[in-house]
Amino acid sequence: MGKPEDLKFLKSHEWVRVEGKTAYVGISDYAQEELGDIVFVELPEVGDEFEAGEEVTNVESVKAASPIYAPVSGKITKVNEELEDTPELVNQKPYDAFIYALEMSDASELDDLLSYSDYKKFLEEEAE
Amino acid sequence: MFAYLPHTDSEIKEMLADIGVARIDDLFADIPEKIRFKGQLDFETGKSELEVYRRLHSLAARNKEAVSFLGAGSYDHIIPAAVTALGGRTEFYTSYTPYQPEISQGVLQAIFEFQTMMCELTSLDVSNASLYDGHTAASEACALAVNSTRKTDTVLYSSTVHPYTKQVLRTYFNDLPVKLVEVPEKDGVLDTSAVKEFMNGQVAALLVQSPNVYGFLEDYSGIADMLHENKSLFIISSNPMSLGTLKSQGEWGADIAIGDTQPFGLATYYGGPSVGYIAATEKLLRKMPGRIVGQTLDEDGKRAFVLTLQAREQHIKRERATSNICSNQALAALISTVYLATVGKEGLKELSDLNMQKAHYLAGQLTAQLPVKLSARQPFFNEFTLELPCPAQELVSKMEQDGFFAGVPLNMLHPDYPENLLAVAVTEKRTREEMDRYIVSMKGALK
Repeated sequence: MGKPEDLKFLKSHEWVRVEGKTAYVGISDYAQEELGDIVFVELPEVGDEFEAGEEVTNVESVKAASPIYAPVSGKITKVNEELEDTPELVNQKPYDAFIYALEMSDASELDDLLSYSDYKKFLEEEAE
Repeated sequence: MFAYLPHTDSEIKEMLADIGVARIDDLFADIPEKIRFKGQLDFETGKSELEVYRRLHSLAARNKEAVSFLGAGSYDHIIPAAVTALGGRTEFYTSYTPYQPEISQGVLQAIFEFQTMMCELTSLDVSNASLYDGHTAASEACALAVNSTRKTDTVLYSSTVHPYTKQVLRTYFNDLPVKLVEVPEKDGVLDTSAVKEFMNGQVAALLVQSPNVYGFLEDYSGIADMLHENKSLFIISSNPMSLGTLKSQGEWGADIAIGDTQPFGLATYYGGPSVGYIAATEKLLRKMPGRIVGQTLDEDGKRAFVLTLQAREQHIKRERATSNICSNQALAALISTVYLATVGKEGLKELSDLNMQKAHYLAGQLTAQLPVKLSARQPFFNEFTLELPCPAQELVSKMEQDGFFAGVPLNMLHPDYPENLLAVAVTEKRTREEMDRYIVSMKGALK
């Protein structure tokens, strides 16, 4: 099971796991909890390029359809095809179920992301 | 029971008192004074039932009866009595969009059957509960294409699509960052060799129509591949009656099929209501506009129908939804569904074939006997465009004296068309005798 301490986060509730030049992207435990039962994860196309902050794809739950943004700029190299038939993995193991991976074009963009402790702080502030 | 329940003066007073307002006009206090209408509305005072009937009869008497060769989007087909009878049942006739939809299993099943029939006709995977008409369906299809292709901002459309479709497209995209670009025609059909020049990375889709505005059939060989290589989508609009005999949109490689089901059981009325249909590949399912009915099992394991995939729709997806349409043409779509179920699969093939044969008989006779010719040498279905030696409007007025609606002058659809073009539609309803009299009438009118 992926540990959130090893991940970076966005205020829009995506997480990022960095392996070399590749960034794996999923949604946080908080996000899956808020969305409720995930019924569909739209997978982007391998080869498509995105700028940091651009909308990449959508996650649909029983109550909402939510955009998933690109945390850093890059080209999609992999999508999690397991989610086509078992989107509930996002609910069950949010930190293992990545949605897509991209090859980063500028790794320095990672500096703009939050650490897990900062993300938790952000959630607490939001809750107030 | 009363058809409606009026409020008495004392009830109105009671309600106003309850919310602490003196007069009904006070309810409009939030509307700025300067834009409020002053004075009395210019309505006639009430009339008795007898007076109302008399007035309606005198209006109805002004309708002209004639043998119709009108088309250009709305066709005079046979409507079996069963279709009118079932479409007129009050369970269907009076119900509006069900807000608690699953309680209306009958309406949902009818819509589900409609969707199934549209998929079968178009050879595509998914369809919806219907759209307002063929022109809005075309615009929704283009919006779907823009939303499901990345980094695109251009929609190509053929010069030969119906002028009303072009108008609705312009209305839809007027305030959106989407460019509409017309691809020219050649000899009455889309100039397929020109399409390539318009291709670039920004192109979301190409919209075409066959039978086109002239009634001519277009050959789309190779178009789907060219578009798909460019990651663009292919949208084909077709008169669904033609799909009984001709190649379907799915068979041409289209990603989206659209059109209008007016030919299926809906009278021409005064131009509507009709029904827009849309069908697409499964890949586009999550971006489809409008409502979709799905089939499932209830807790007792029985077949049941539900509104499904609602996360696509604007009440959930908000500004990121493809479409702001969450209604449909339920009653009219139901009538088209009953029509298709009545004529059946073989019946539709026969009808489609009959339409084509009759239109070819008339076109053949007219061009052989009279100084008229087809506006282009192209194949056609149940409608063709004639080039006349006189303004079409003049001919139409003369032939009306003989009891014919001779056709639609194309420059009535758009002033850019030459005034001597007349679109003539021939359905299964037209008899040999009517067509022969039509020829005689046109001969007289051309003298």
